[in-house]
Amino acid sequence: MAVGLTHYLIVAAILFTLGVAGIILNRKNIIVILMSVELILLAVNVNLVAFSAFLGDLTGQVFALLVLTVAAAESAIGLAILVVFYRNKGTISVEDINMMKG
Amino acid sequence: MVATVFLFYVFSFVAIASAFMVIAARNPVHSVLFLILAFVNAAGLFMLLGAEFLAMILVVVYVGAVAVLFLFVVMMLDVDFTVLKQGFLQYLPLGATVGAIVLIELILVVGGWTIEPATVTPRAAPIASNITNTAALGRILYTQYVYFFQAAGFILLTAMIGSIVLTLRSRRGVKRQSIDAQNLRDRKVAVQLRKVPSRAGL
Repeated sequence: MAVGLTHYLIVAAILFTLGVAGIILNRKNIIVILMSVELILLAVNVNLVAFSAFLGDLTGQVFALLVLTVAAAESAIGLAILVVFYRNKGTISVEDINMMKG
Repeated sequence: MVATVFLFYVFSFVAIASAFMVIAARNPVHSVLFLILAFVNAAGLFMLLGAEFLAMILVVVYVGAVAVLFLFVVMMLDVDFTVLKQGFLQYLPLGATVGAIVLIELILVVGGWTIEPATVTPRAAPIASNITNTAALGRILYTQYVYFFQAAGFILLTAMIGSIVLTLRSRRGVKRQSIDAQNLRDRKVAVQLRKVPSRAGL
């Protein structure tokens, strides 16, 4: 039984689902939420690379490279905001982040 | 061929299991370590697909930089993580429901899906078989997609400046080296000649 495009898409779908479920389950822990976002972006990358390989078009890999860049930038900024918030408030609980509420 | 199929199932099973452990682990340090495992196995999947450059970039960027950054932050913040884990069982029904719905929808889409052959024939950048994946990617990244490449560079620059600006703080009352003052110090400032009278002292 050869491994086809559908196999990779199902793996990516399961990874995506785990990421979405992780955001909901760990609503208090923002570090795990950021890691779940990384998982979601990884699933997207698996999709892009799988289509790129099976359709014989390299553009998908270029786009996956951009997704990788954006994910790295996002996690760097997110963790910087987290460190600053912890320095000011002494907690990282998501439920305490309501300073911008009117 | 058998080895490829075997490797696919090993990589995808370990990737999915470690992704599950990322969201289920009690200790965030374990979460980060499982995230590293998930990324390494995804890099293996990329390797099976023939995207060697992306596989290596995934290992270098994610395992080498992003995951270590997460590890730094988890270990640097002195947070009681058991408190943060408390809502897990409370949110479990909701999370499981949403996850199941998303998974069923995605699998329905993947299962009932075909490619119209006429739409895929005009390829934007066909994969060449006589050069390596890295060379092929470089050839189109620096020519056809050079503006995307520059945009990616600007995104990284923005992230770098942003995180430096966010985390930099000037603390008062800290003694630090003043290189200007040290370099501007010359003989006139530093040395004073006094004529000392004999047996009188200063």
